[in-house]
Amino acid sequence: MIHALEVRNLTVRLGGTEILRDLTFSVPRQTSLAIIGPNGAGKTVLLKALIGALPYTGHIRWAPDTILGYVPQKLDIERDLPLNGHDFLRAKASLTKGGPAEIGQAVRSVGMDPAVLRTPIGSMSGGQFQRLLIAFALLGRPNVLLLDEPAAGVDAPGHAQLSEEVRALQSGGMTVLLVSHDLSVVYRYADCVLCLGRQGFWIGPPRTLLTPQMLSEVYGAPIGFHVHDVH
Amino acid sequence: MHPSAFMSTMSTDLASLALSVSMAAAAGLIGSFAIMRRMVLAADPMSHVALPGIGVALLLHRSPLLGALAMLLFGAVLIWAIERRSRISTEAIIGVTFSVALAVGSTITSGEDLIDALLGTPGALPPWESALGMLGPLAVIGFVLSSRHRLVISLVSREIAMTSGIAVARTELYFLLAFALTIGLGLRYLGVLLMGSLIIIPAAIARRFARSLNGMLWIAVGTAVSAALAGTSCAMLTGQHSGPWIVMIAGGLFFVSLLKPAADR
Repeated sequence: MIHALEVRNLTVRLGGTEILRDLTFSVPRQTSLAIIGPNGAGKTVLLKALIGALPYTGHIRWAPDTILGYVPQKLDIERDLPLNGHDFLRAKASLTKGGPAEIGQAVRSVGMDPAVLRTPIGSMSGGQFQRLLIAFALLGRPNVLLLDEPAAGVDAPGHAQLSEEVRALQSGGMTVLLVSHDLSVVYRYADCVLCLGRQGFWIGPPRTLLTPQMLSEVYGAPIGFHVHDVH
Repeated sequence: MHPSAFMSTMSTDLASLALSVSMAAAAGLIGSFAIMRRMVLAADPMSHVALPGIGVALLLHRSPLLGALAMLLFGAVLIWAIERRSRISTEAIIGVTFSVALAVGSTITSGEDLIDALLGTPGALPPWESALGMLGPLAVIGFVLSSRHRLVISLVSREIAMTSGIAVARTELYFLLAFALTIGLGLRYLGVLLMGSLIIIPAAIARRFARSLNGMLWIAVGTAVSAALAGTSCAMLTGQHSGPWIVMIAGGLFFVSLLKPAADR
């Protein structure tokens, strides 16, 4: 199987409402697919269907050797939950038979200060917690990473740093599926873009798809974005 | 007192103490996860699910403990199945199940038997009940310790748990069964009204101070075991039910814990 993922005629209904309809696309190995679209277009629903957390009709086929790492949209964690970063990462490492060395490597690769791991996860800042979730996803040596707005709630410098870190992971041979509202990040980093709109879906390279005309059609309103300089 | 009678009383007291301690350790562990899963208040209503089982067992002249355990384990599977089908919260489903069970139980259990079921039965236990009283909590302790990583990930996010290779539904069922088993075993020694408290109070104290999972588990178990040891000793001295003593001491520890500020987060 040359693709990491093949999706054919995917339809997802929730509570009688059709969220995704007849979606077909594929993701080649070691590439990045950005999923964009207005609120309610079904981006998170698509990721949840892909990991098998939601019922669907159609076909979702992952490559047989797929190991998934998943970073969900911002989680609502109780502030006084007595679990710290170490507890959370150790829990995953115990399942994947990973040791402290693998935890240390995952923490370093997301640029996280190891001292932060002693903080209860409900008390971490948005950026710290998102990094923790990515480090968690990296344990067990996944070859596919699904990220649902990983920079949500993260300040601007942290946002740019997270994007660079995700890019570095993909350069290391990872297939990345990324839901993002930041079109400049998508333009800069994605190999391919899947636009989910209320009228249907479009897929193609960022330079072809992220045009004012297409974005206006997808979002139902004029959308502009700034393309950062590539260093 | 004749030496053999004294030895017999001593061994009964020691067995009773060992049962209380193992039960308390199981309650502290299961309560820690129950409070983190926001279902700690379910312990009390869940314990009432045992009442119809106790009533039926008494009618059939069987052990109330077996009736209670059978009903609780059935209740746990029922709650799990309804939750999966309806996506209503565990606590709400337990609330409905408990109300119905309490209504059914009150029609078939009455008088002194009900008082015993509500407050626990002191005194010597048949050997098989002592054995069950020791093995049951050990099974619960073994389950919680071996599954704590799965439970931790599942409570943070079901989706993350799924992509981490955890069978979330099965883990939740096992947790509910362990929860029901802890309550069921505790009923015999502490009573319906009090078993829920031994699950709630130590975990509530631990949550105030713990900053890590191990801290939470150690504080909860330590508090529960201390309350069980002190409560059982008081019950032996006064010749009363141990249940109320254990819960009064645990409650006292909770109020004492309020004197110290909670962990800085």
